Amino acid sequence: MSALLLQDLRKTYRNGFEALKGIDLEVAPGDFFALLGPNGAGKSTAIGIVSSLVTKSSGRVEVFGQDLDRNPEGVKSAIGLVPQEFNFNQWEPVAEIVVNQAGFYGIPRKLAWERAEQSLRQLELWDRRKDQAISLSGGMKRRLMIARALVHQPRLLILDEPTAGVDIEIRRSMWSFLTEINRQGTTIILTTHYLEEAESLCRNIAIINQGRIAEHSSMKRLLNQLHNEVFVLNIAQELTRLEELGGYRWQRLDEHTLEVEVNRGQSINGLFQALAQRGLEVISMRNKQNRLEQLFIGMLNASRGGAAK
Amino acid sequence: MTRFNRYRIAFQTILTKEILRFSRIWIQTLVPPAITTTLYFIIFGNLIGQRIGEMDGVRYIDFIVPGLILMAVITNSYSNVVSSFFSSKYQRHVEELLISPVPSWVILSGYVGGGVARGVLVGIVVTGVSLLFSDLDIRSYGWTLTVFVLTSILFSLGGFINAVYAKSFDDISIIPTFVLTPLTYLGGVFYSITMLPGIWQKISLANPVLYMVNAFRYGLLGVTDIPIASALVIIIVFISGLTAFSLYLLNHGVGVKS
Repeated sequence: MSALLLQDLRKTYRNGFEALKGIDLEVAPGDFFALLGPNGAGKSTAIGIVSSLVTKSSGRVEVFGQDLDRNPEGVKSAIGLVPQEFNFNQWEPVAEIVVNQAGFYGIPRKLAWERAEQSLRQLELWDRRKDQAISLSGGMKRRLMIARALVHQPRLLILDEPTAGVDIEIRRSMWSFLTEINRQGTTIILTTHYLEEAESLCRNIAIINQGRIAEHSSMKRLLNQLHNEVFVLNIAQELTRLEELGGYRWQRLDEHTLEVEVNRGQSINGLFQALAQRGLEVISMRNKQNRLEQLFIGMLNASRGGAAK
Repeated sequence: MTRFNRYRIAFQTILTKEILRFSRIWIQTLVPPAITTTLYFIIFGNLIGQRIGEMDGVRYIDFIVPGLILMAVITNSYSNVVSSFFSSKYQRHVEELLISPVPSWVILSGYVGGGVARGVLVGIVVTGVSLLFSDLDIRSYGWTLTVFVLTSILFSLGGFINAVYAKSFDDISIIPTFVLTPLTYLGGVFYSITMLPGIWQKISLANPVLYMVNAFRYGLLGVTDIPIASALVIIIVFISGLTAFSLYLLNHGVGVKS
């Protein structure tokens, strides 16, 4: 049984725009799954359909074996949604927003307060529980939406760009929180524009483009498709005498910085040896571009090229 | 947990949320009807009413009490639901309900319950004010309460439908201004339709508010211009029709889903 199963899912809006052109997708229980794509690709439409905010034109949606058409209440009970836009009553106190959401799921008030306290504490919002939501910072509002989505303990948590506009410190604390709830068994589907976020958190991935699934595989397999990686190295010595680097393509960015391309068949160990043989010591090293980003841009460019033909 | 209990908790949550919403802004929701009614009583009841004398066999100031109470109930029930549901669409927190396992009829009951709660509270406030100006001797508590609550339900449903179709704040004030207020003022609040020429009496019978005002006046004063049984039937028919239509709109996601 899949956590989420989409079969030939299609959506055409009233203005004639075909947002989804028949997508098939399967997410396994317990997975941390990335759903990526450029703006307008159809990610939010797909999420909207699964969470009952958008009416599908045709196709099938199943969540933990329950069909959305036959058992919408069962599907809704299994899902927690953190949408892209803030969609709570900004004038209500923080805790009330979470407790009311629990009430909509039929959770008794006392239990709802216990759960609200637990998740608000975990997300460092408990001290602000009596404040109106409008007074929270952007990062706090995002965390509030996560607390609200978790109050009924869903088996599937869908996060639509949960870290958009959030500073790096809070983003990292949100990552560790999400990793922990995934470890405890909650299946997570994440859409994000921060590709390093998807690469570090998710085990499986689908890329959606122009209403179709362009790629659906494990993160590892996808990253293996990379033919080369480009590294930027900070070298202790001056690079004025460097002429060749044992078959590695390179260019000097400044007197102490080197950009090296490591192709398939070559290794980083080999690069280090080549540098050591030339009396060069590496102080630090980083990827020039996030690996997933590199693949993602390549895929989009390829599909645009295909469309142009 | 049984399905009934889940629905009961969801209904209570929506209702409590709605009551808290208008209670938090009580200066905007509960005080204005008291002030408006006081002015009506002073101007129409005391100053002009003394010169009019009696209408349908009762003092004019007593004659207008039921209409004024019901007018406040109608306006407040309608505006509570229309503004609350439209705000929830505008701020998108209606999505909290749409993604939850709450059936349409529970959502509708919760919002209508909020409208009725505000209607009843305002009704009590206005009744309190009217006691300062008139001697109310309620003829039938059961009848009065029934019409009071049914009218509130009916106009809460009206407010809900208005909110579903509204796309801007202008849209939620057009119906109250151009439809609700004329219907209420021409619904026999300040006069008996027996005073009107024949053709206008017949036209007035097409106004549903007339039946509610008269049914309510019958409960309070024991006087009416129309048969009260037909008034009750008409109110129930309207409630049934509007409920069915509201549920259709919600089930099809009109105005709330893409």
